[in-house]
Amino acid sequence: MPEKPKVAFYWCASCGGCEESVVDLAEEILGVVNAVDIVFWPVAMDFKKQDVEAISDGGILVSLINGAVRTSEQEEMAKLLRRKSALVVAYGSCAHMGGIPGLANQFDREQILRYVYEESPSTINELHTRPQTASPEGGHTLTLPEFRSMVRTLDQVIPVDYYLPGCPPVPRMLKAALDTLLSGNLPPKGTVLGPDTAMCEECPRKESKPADLAYTAFRRPHEVIIQPETCLLAQGVICMGPATRGGCGAQCVTGNMPCSGCFGPTSRVMDQGAKILSAIASSLSAKETEGIDRTLATIPDPVGTFYRYGLPGSLLRRKIADHN
Amino acid sequence: MPETNGHDAPRVGFYVCHCGHNIAGIVDVAEVARFAGTLPNVIVARDYKYMCSDPGQELIITDIREHRLNRIVVASCSPLLHEHTFRVATEKGGLNPFYFQMVNIREDVSWVTENHDAATHKALDLVRAAVRRVAHHRSLATKHVRIHPDVLVVGAGISGIHAALTLANAGKKVTLVEREPTIGGHMAMFDKTFPTLDCAACILTPKMSAVKNHPNITLWSYSEVSEVSGYVGSYTVKVKRKPRFVSEELCVGCMECIDACVYKEGKTPDEFNQGLSKRKPVYIPFPQATPQVVLIDPDTCIEFKSGRCKKTCVEKCDRNAIDFKQKEEIKEIQVGTIILATGFKTFDPKRIPYYGYGKYPNVYSSLEVERLVNASGPTGGDLVLRDGRHPKTVGIIHCVGSRDRNTNRWCSRTCCMYSLKLAHLLKEHSEAEVYNFYIDIRAAGKAYEEFYDKLLEENIHFIRGRVAEVTDWSARPEEEGKMIIRVEDTLIGVVRRVPVDMVVLAVGMEPQADSQDVRRMFNISCSTEGFFLERHPKLAPVDTFTDGIFIAGACQGPKDIPDSVAQAGAAAAQALSLIDAGEVELEPNTAYVVEESCSGCKSCLNICPYTAITRDETRQKAFINEALCKGCGTCVATCPSGAIRQNLFEDEQIFSEIEGLLQEKESVLTGGGAWRAPA
Ligand SMILES: Cc1cc2nc3c(=O)[nH]c(=O)nc-3n(C[C@H](O)[C@H](O)[C@H](O)COP(=O)(O)OP(=O)(O)OC[C@H]3O[C@@H](n4cnc5c(N)ncnc54)[C@H](O)[C@@H]3O)c2cc1C
Ligand code: SF4
Ligand code: SF4
Ligand code: SF4
Ligand code: SF4
Repeated sequence: MPEKPKVAFYWCASCGGCEESVVDLAEEILGVVNAVDIVFWPVAMDFKKQDVEAISDGGILVSLINGAVRTSEQEEMAKLLRRKSALVVAYGSCAHMGGIPGLANQFDREQILRYVYEESPSTINELHTRPQTASPEGGHTLTLPEFRSMVRTLDQVIPVDYYLPGCPPVPRMLKAALDTLLSGNLPPKGTVLGPDTAMCEECPRKESKPADLAYTAFRRPHEVIIQPETCLLAQGVICMGPATRGGCGAQCVTGNMPCSGCFGPTSRVMDQGAKILSAIASSLSAKETEGIDRTLATIPDPVGTFYRYGLPGSLLRRKIADHN
Repeated sequence: MPETNGHDAPRVGFYVCHCGHNIAGIVDVAEVARFAGTLPNVIVARDYKYMCSDPGQELIITDIREHRLNRIVVASCSPLLHEHTFRVATEKGGLNPFYFQMVNIREDVSWVTENHDAATHKALDLVRAAVRRVAHHRSLATKHVRIHPDVLVVGAGISGIHAALTLANAGKKVTLVEREPTIGGHMAMFDKTFPTLDCAACILTPKMSAVKNHPNITLWSYSEVSEVSGYVGSYTVKVKRKPRFVSEELCVGCMECIDACVYKEGKTPDEFNQGLSKRKPVYIPFPQATPQVVLIDPDTCIEFKSGRCKKTCVEKCDRNAIDFKQKEEIKEIQVGTIILATGFKTFDPKRIPYYGYGKYPNVYSSLEVERLVNASGPTGGDLVLRDGRHPKTVGIIHCVGSRDRNTNRWCSRTCCMYSLKLAHLLKEHSEAEVYNFYIDIRAAGKAYEEFYDKLLEENIHFIRGRVAEVTDWSARPEEEGKMIIRVEDTLIGVVRRVPVDMVVLAVGMEPQADSQDVRRMFNISCSTEGFFLERHPKLAPVDTFTDGIFIAGACQGPKDIPDSVAQAGAAAAQALSLIDAGEVELEPNTAYVVEESCSGCKSCLNICPYTAITRDETRQKAFINEALCKGCGTCVATCPSGAIRQNLFEDEQIFSEIEGLLQEKESVLTGGGAWRAPA
């Protein structure tokens, strides 16, 4: 029997949803398991790092790595898998663009550690103890990975061949991606494995979107009763649909919630947040500074709204705090 | 044209111009050429004294042939000046002209600093950017649009009349649209005109009837443009023709109906006479009105109000011209070019309460006085005040609503001169003592200063100073029953009180009240004051930023009749040159929607300042009309999914240019993120 292609799954800074989405393949997963040899999948199977090291360089056909990269351990594993794999797929929003963990790039390392280990309301830490990369304990040295200064996308750490977008990716697209990669008929490197038009294209509410939106205020989903058939932007609720790659089947919008942008921008766009901002900013009703300010003040968390999944991969990347 | 080798590896020819000492005096041009020679893809790099000269252009042409160049970069002056020159040279060398990129190291570099090192350094950065950019240039085709030979002229004051006649005499068909019942504009209200004091009617009415009778002119008075669409060479215009309730075809202007009206006396303030007389519901603005057709004002006509008038007017008209059922009509025409000559409005003197207009009956605006001294005006030229007296002293206050921080800052340019004219006419009509209160006398025009000199000899008094107040608060017996003008005479440094019987306010010229609506309809711009904005204050004074639309006369800024007529002629000539060329070339810097990338999200539909974007509702995709697009780039920035691209401003071109600029420093655009340059 010829050897089956080897596939590895790995997770970096992520929530576990991406792993779930693999399981969401449901009975299709059996087909996958039949077709490939899973050589590494910490969440589901008991392989160790040494097992990966034992594989010859390039011996894995494809590693699907989810999660952003924040710690030295994640970086080390990403680099190891890169060496061992012919192809690396950045799986899900965090690996693709930094994801929700990437929002931490609004604060620097010191701010984060100080808050989490000292200042947060649920913390009592009179000795100001902070985690150490090495601490002696009973004659041994215990080690922890290093907490790096910022969250990076996978391709800011290792070369990435393909991207599977989504928070998490939809099983249908995972299936299609695996079929493509196994077929050997490979798309150009750097391709995001999904459609390349914006979400609105597949949105059932598209035709109800008026051409002239004249905003005086924006509203967050909990502040309005969202009408189920009208374009959300027309209801004053920020929908990232126009600036977000389609392919999800308009899941959020169908669930009566706005698109929050997890599929990232289309291939032609460098900065998803900047793009939706320029579209929305041209639709404000006010034309003078005070009115514009008043309208924009109704978006209390602009970074979390426009860069929810993509801060590290955007042109903004991170905030450099000043410590005075 | 031989197709170019744009797909081969770029072979760049680079040229830096000395511009005499303009550039070479500050920028080390030899260093720039040497540096350019070290950049990737650059095959030839030269410096030359005047690149725009024939030998300079010849350098480019021969280099293209000898070195098989396929990209050209010239570092010299502003693209506005010579981009075309060098594109032509590039084309003569056998390349598509758009394989050219210009770097402005004069206006942007040598003219803005005296620091040689900084200048040279900046020039090198800009050159590096351009060399990187030009590699991404593509071959483009210049587009041509046909020019419809018919012209629309809006506004029939002296400017519109002159423009229409000039075009009609050149054999072009003109539609002249005037909003009032008669043409003539402000000039028709004047008795005489400065500085020659020739009678306004004598020089204007022949032109008015020429308009009416010209076979090439369609005159639509009492009409307004309601909609404009299209682009240079092909505008579709809708005109609303308001009902006169009198047939223009049947009425001969005998005015018998006016006499026959059941109203024995007029009851409505006469607009043309500035409210100084009353008119009936059926009226004609003035005897020489053109067209010579009466009209009925439905707001005051009894038949319209109650339906129970005896209609003596209808009885009297033996041509059956009166038609109470006439309806507003919308006409549609096609034209290739448009001239706007919508004129000005006068400043409302009520805005300066301390000059007493509206409070003291004998304070007049200059326009009212134009009617008062007019032989065919409300008093037949008899200078009789609102209280029935004849004035013995008159004060003319200059700069009312001009050169004033609180109202309008600009000089209205005509009021000094018309004040001199009115001073002369008032004296002629009344023998009164006439005082002019002025800040400066602005008499800069042919024979204007001489006119001023003549007035000085006519015993007219001139007091230099901005008037503080007009009051009836008398302080001395000789001031009783008079208005007192309080002013600081700045020539002798004393505050004076001048008692007068009549005050004339020389009101300034302002944009029409609806100038913003009109500018929006025709897609042109206004300057901050609200006058229509010319394309260039010196070199394109009657062009606008919208191709095929020209401006003439006082709608562009305060001016007198000679200047208005000169502009009207210029605007007609500009239109003629377009029409006779037959077609125009369009810069191919237009935007286009990549249809398969468009999600149909509609974000772009309303943001185009030139309304070039529409949506194909069946395909649910956006579409840009190339002929309308001006390449402003707004939609390109707006499209949230990057489905709109713009020729000459493709992302790769812009980003490679930025990268070139920042190359010395850390590159901010590369090294990370999911973004991939499109393959
Ligand atoms: C009191 C006074 C005295 C003056 N005396 C002299 C003088 O002696 N000599 C001299 O050289 N200059 C004089 N001027 C200046 C002179 O009035 C202007 O130079 C001249 O009228 C400008 O002509 P115009 O055709 O550009 O504008 P206008 O005369 O204002 O004509 C504009 C025309 O356009 C029409 N119009 C406006 N908007 C629209 C629209 N939307 N649609 C259709 N039609 C429209 C108006 O009804 C009007 O008929 C005087 C000005 C004033 C205020
Ligand atoms: S903006 Fe959102 S709701 Fe509106 S059409 Fe696009 S995806 Fe649908
Ligand atoms: S023309 Fe004379 S009166 Fe008119 S604003 Fe200018 S300075 Fe004043
Ligand atoms: S580039 Fe400007 S003018 Fe052209 S279609 Fe886009 S918005 Fe309109
Ligand atoms: S903004 Fe872009 S995606 Fe949306 S309709 Fe316009 S071209 Fe299409």
